[in-house]
Amino acid sequence: MRGFLVLRVVAKLLMPFMLVFALYVQFHGDYSPGGGFQAGVIIAATMIFYALIFGLPAARQLVPEALVETMVALGVLIYAGVGVAGLLLGGNYLDYFVLAHSPVHGQERGIFWVEVGVAVTVSGVMLKIFYMFAGRQRSAEDE
Amino acid sequence: MAALTLGIALQRNLYAVVVLSGAYSFLMATALVALDAVDVAMTEASVGAGISTVLLLGALYLCGGEEAKPLTRPWLPLAIALVIAGALVYGTLGLPAFSDPTAPIHIHVVPRYLHDALRETGVPNVVTAVLASYRGYDTLGETTVVFTAGAGVIALLRRLRRRKDGGHKA
Repeated sequence: MRGFLVLRVVAKLLMPFMLVFALYVQFHGDYSPGGGFQAGVIIAATMIFYALIFGLPAARQLVPEALVETMVALGVLIYAGVGVAGLLLGGNYLDYFVLAHSPVHGQERGIFWVEVGVAVTVSGVMLKIFYMFAGRQRSAEDE
Repeated sequence: MAALTLGIALQRNLYAVVVLSGAYSFLMATALVALDAVDVAMTEASVGAGISTVLLLGALYLCGGEEAKPLTRPWLPLAIALVIAGALVYGTLGLPAFSDPTAPIHIHVVPRYLHDALRETGVPNVVTAVLASYRGYDTLGETTVVFTAGAGVIALLRRLRRRKDGGHKA
């Protein structure tokens, strides 16, 4: 992909906007359509876009496999951790009311962290699946 | 959408099938927007038309783009599919009419969510409130399902790669 100057420049121009849009979908999901799942997919799509234009090794360098695998598990742990935090603070499992001074703020905080967990896991899994498929593709070319 | 489905069923070139199913996903997303389900439409457009198209194209690169001819005429599966589709359509006849305000779903928990969600959770988007708060356990389960899918792919594909390496060494 060394020769495709237009593609590379346009990709570099587009990627910040895609990432910002993902963050908007993530953090504005309380007020507008969107949330963790959609934001995670958009983040993964941005990275897949990068990998398609600049090649898999560059993408692997930017977001290493170990980080992606950690993200896969970390998201579920964040989500479950919110539940455990509720338990420790004296509520039921996944009970957000106890997470802050007032119940409504506790709900907002709980929903925020839960959505973060969903986004982390979803983007990690999507990216990992893509890496797996694309990695086999490369090994097939090597043979 | 019906024309696209026929095209997908009749088409033998799998690359065309992938592109057609991407178009199907976009049409589905449009229909969901028309039904005011914008959250679901967003997911359908990004996952169905975006990521899965890329992943399917990646899979096709590995296994070739031409569908194998079936060995026998699939009459029995067709008959089973038609019977089940008929039963499902018959079942939908018993559902309340679309956007019927007296349907059970609209008089049970929906009014409570719509009235109290903002006050109880401070989140104006009711979909987010229901998804992350009222139905928190379900969403935890969904996240675990996604995690399991990722772990399964890792387990399957990585084992294949290692076995291939071992074969080279031997």
